[in-house]
Amino acid sequence: MLSQHFPILLVVVPLIASPVIVMARSGFLGWVASLAASAAAFAMSVALLVATTESGAISYAIGSWPPPWGIEYRVDAANALVALLVSAIALVVLPYARRSVSAEIGQERLYLFYALLMLCLAGLLGIAVTGDAFNLFVFLEISSLATYVLIALGRNRRALTAAYQYLILGTIGATLYVTGVGLLYLATGTLNLADMAARLADVPDKRPLVAGLAFITAGVGLKLALFPLHAWLPNAYAYAPSAVSAFLAATATKVAVYVLMRVYFSVYGVDAVFRDMPLGPVLAVLSVAALFIASAAAIVQKDLKRLLAYSSVAQIGYITLGISLGSAPGLTAAVAHLVNHGITKGALFLLAGAIALRAGGTGFDRVAGLGRTMPLTAFAFVLGGLSLIGVPGTAGFASKWALVAAAIGAGHWWIAAAVLLSSLLAVAYVWKFVECAYFRGPPGDAPDPGEAPADMTIPAFALTAAVIAAGLFAWPVLEASARAAEALMGAPR
Amino acid sequence: MRMDIILRVVGKILIPYAVVFALYVQFHGDFGPGGGFQAGVVIAAAVIFYGIIFGLAAARRAVPESLVESMVALGVLVFAGVGVAGIVLGGNYLDYFVLAHDSVHGQHRGILWVEAGVGITVSGVMLKVFYLFTGRARDLEDGP
Repeated sequence: MLSQHFPILLVVVPLIASPVIVMARSGFLGWVASLAASAAAFAMSVALLVATTESGAISYAIGSWPPPWGIEYRVDAANALVALLVSAIALVVLPYARRSVSAEIGQERLYLFYALLMLCLAGLLGIAVTGDAFNLFVFLEISSLATYVLIALGRNRRALTAAYQYLILGTIGATLYVTGVGLLYLATGTLNLADMAARLADVPDKRPLVAGLAFITAGVGLKLALFPLHAWLPNAYAYAPSAVSAFLAATATKVAVYVLMRVYFSVYGVDAVFRDMPLGPVLAVLSVAALFIASAAAIVQKDLKRLLAYSSVAQIGYITLGISLGSAPGLTAAVAHLVNHGITKGALFLLAGAIALRAGGTGFDRVAGLGRTMPLTAFAFVLGGLSLIGVPGTAGFASKWALVAAAIGAGHWWIAAAVLLSSLLAVAYVWKFVECAYFRGPPGDAPDPGEAPADMTIPAFALTAAVIAAGLFAWPVLEASARAAEALMGAPR
Repeated sequence: MRMDIILRVVGKILIPYAVVFALYVQFHGDFGPGGGFQAGVVIAAAVIFYGIIFGLAAARRAVPESLVESMVALGVLVFAGVGVAGIVLGGNYLDYFVLAHDSVHGQHRGILWVEAGVGITVSGVMLKVFYLFTGRARDLEDGP
């Protein structure tokens, strides 16, 4: 049966697509191969999510070496959901990428772009499905190295400095993570996450474990742009090619958040992280700071993509706020916001890319009058913005509601108040777009006014429709998130 | 440096031995010290040595850039292909046990091909980096 190999094929199919594209040396064939690989990965993640829902976690032994000796891939309700988000976004971004990327990247480099995108996809999916702490580090590096180059391909020369800044900080993050894993390995003698979790209780000296947790928190915190470790993110998202911004904003930080959840809830366990150590308050304070400071920074941006990037830092704050509660409802809300914000920000960056193509940029002087020149795109952007605010009927509402309910249920009224107050800041930055697009005249020198071509607008509108659908019918995501939280917290112990 | 006769003679003597030594390290890798990474580095070093002494154009004629780029991808494909072969022959991904009738023999065969993939990619990447850096100086000299 081929389906028993889905956990590894999910990673291997994009991984093989990448060298095949390099050897084919053709931008068009590269696009076709990437689309096929993403579609296959999407189909496999759907099958895996269904399988984990029906029969629990799936274990796969690489090279037939049984875990914990060999590398184990372990798919449960949590990482199957993350893998589904990543592969779904890849499948939406690729049809969009063909025109967007050939407008922004030189023809002779197109095939390399698709090869790198597949490498990045393989890395992100690998982080999601692996059950081995060091294998996770390897995939973290694969996806990160591909990401640095993808960002550097941006049209603006500042993309190079943005990529370089991300390279330095990302490498520091990965080094901190692997140092933490090294401490855990010395203390437990295993790299298998499930085995590690089982052995942690027997470790006599807890100090290396505390240090390991600190290293991993800081390292993964850099990768997921936890405030104040977010400095790399705004430039990276703003200057990357539009399709790359959309793909990364919806997936890269989300996968890093998943790693943090896995380490906290499955390896260390709730008690060790939130009762024996004061990580809950620390994380809560940083998250609330992100909600207010990053949202306020978003308001003063002069460029639409930078605004969205700062908004991402704030929205990641909501996810880490859910984690900081250290409870099943809090974790459920965090997972739900991970998914809902992923599709929301993916849709918004896709729309921003359409605006960049037609209006000649995403600065607010270019955005002016968009309500007249690109009415559908502007309207879809407003819908996505409503989801960032958390207006009822959008995806953002469902998960923010779950977060507020979880905070109140745990008696943390100030967290609930912070979530609601910071949403007002989101109103301000979304209004900035509305004011600019609908109440100002178009600049007059737009290169090609009008809606973007259909192969770009259809994926963007489809993802916007998914945002609304996930708001009107919130229970599938919330239910999947609850199962994911259960799998994360009740993992083998 | 093309004019320096000592370098040219020593280079001509050393380069074939370097390549043979690389092949020895490559194929010795599955039951002794060595392996694909080291072999790939030595092969690339031989070509880079050739390029430094006889000029970049000569090195590009001997090992064209298109071949180098294909090598970068081909090695990954060989490695991943060994994994897929494990699935096709009824085992798990990267399962060497099923690659031959005898499982120990299968382990030998699996690691041999994996090391071959590593060697191809490592020498390809080394040469690609060398060509990119040296090509950059040439492009700057030519001017826009």
